[in-house]
Amino acid sequence: MFRAAVRLSVSGARSLTRTQPRCQAPLASRCYSHGKQETDEEFDARWITYFNKPDIDAWELRKGMNTLIGYDLVPEPKILEAVLRACRRLNDLASAIRILEAVKDKAGPHKDIYPYVIQELKPVLSELGISTPEELGLDKI
Amino acid sequence: MLRLTSSRLGSLLAGRPTAALTFSIKGRAASQQSHEVSEALDMSRPMYYDRVDMPLPDKPYKDVLSEAEQKLKQKEKGPWSQLTNEEKVALYRLKFCQSYSEMKAPSAEWKTVLGGVLFFLGFTGLVVWWQRIYVYPPRPRTLEDDWKAMQLQRMLDMRINPVEGLSAKWDYDKGQWK
Repeated sequence: MFRAAVRLSVSGARSLTRTQPRCQAPLASRCYSHGKQETDEEFDARWITYFNKPDIDAWELRKGMNTLIGYDLVPEPKILEAVLRACRRLNDLASAIRILEAVKDKAGPHKDIYPYVIQELKPVLSELGISTPEELGLDKI
Repeated sequence: MLRLTSSRLGSLLAGRPTAALTFSIKGRAASQQSHEVSEALDMSRPMYYDRVDMPLPDKPYKDVLSEAEQKLKQKEKGPWSQLTNEEKVALYRLKFCQSYSEMKAPSAEWKTVLGGVLFFLGFTGLVVWWQRIYVYPPRPRTLEDDWKAMQLQRMLDMRINPVEGLSAKWDYDKGQWK
């Protein structure tokens, strides 16, 4: 389906296949016409490394997560796995659930992204004992 | 130190949940100087916020925990599978005020806005009507039909715009419009 982070443009791509943005700019708002451009795999690897830091602290988790959510994409499940493990190291279940909510919100009108992400994360969720917002009833008002 | 009084806070709160630009601020309890203003927000310290574009705020929603809540936090350090669903929700509510669904829930504010707009339009209509009765001067003589007929006859007699305009459209032989 998609190997790297799914990019959602404002004009609204209807399918899940990777759209070709006008400029291949993986970093949020930069449109380089020169210089080395980061591939999707490099982007993912960079973020996984960031969250896999063994002694990551709470600030770094918040900063990383807020930055990642600021990008125009839904993070890959493997990045999210690293995030959830970081939450576990920090003994922070609430943030883990919040992050799942944020991922669902990032998908916007593309309603099939979030179930896919949850499906990919199922092993991690059951290993760490993280309930989804739906299981806890937090998706209701 | 920056302070935000409750009157300014009122204008910041509420508002339509647009794409992650509106947020509500929950400040720390004003422990010092609690007598001069009812609710002063210390904006020089990390603040809590509910934003869809920034999921993890600078501080937890509740940082003063009761005994039971502290016990729960201790339990959080162990395996999470041992927590019940209620405990997980309680941990979530300790750290966050509103869930994403609650943040994005639509309000009925638009009805108030529309109602207010229509009300004031109606009020303006009443004001205009009153003005028409009590303020307007008498109608000019030159706008009455008989005067306008005499005016038109005079213009035709003077051959106003005889090539392409008024008099060109009048048939002088038959005494009517062409």
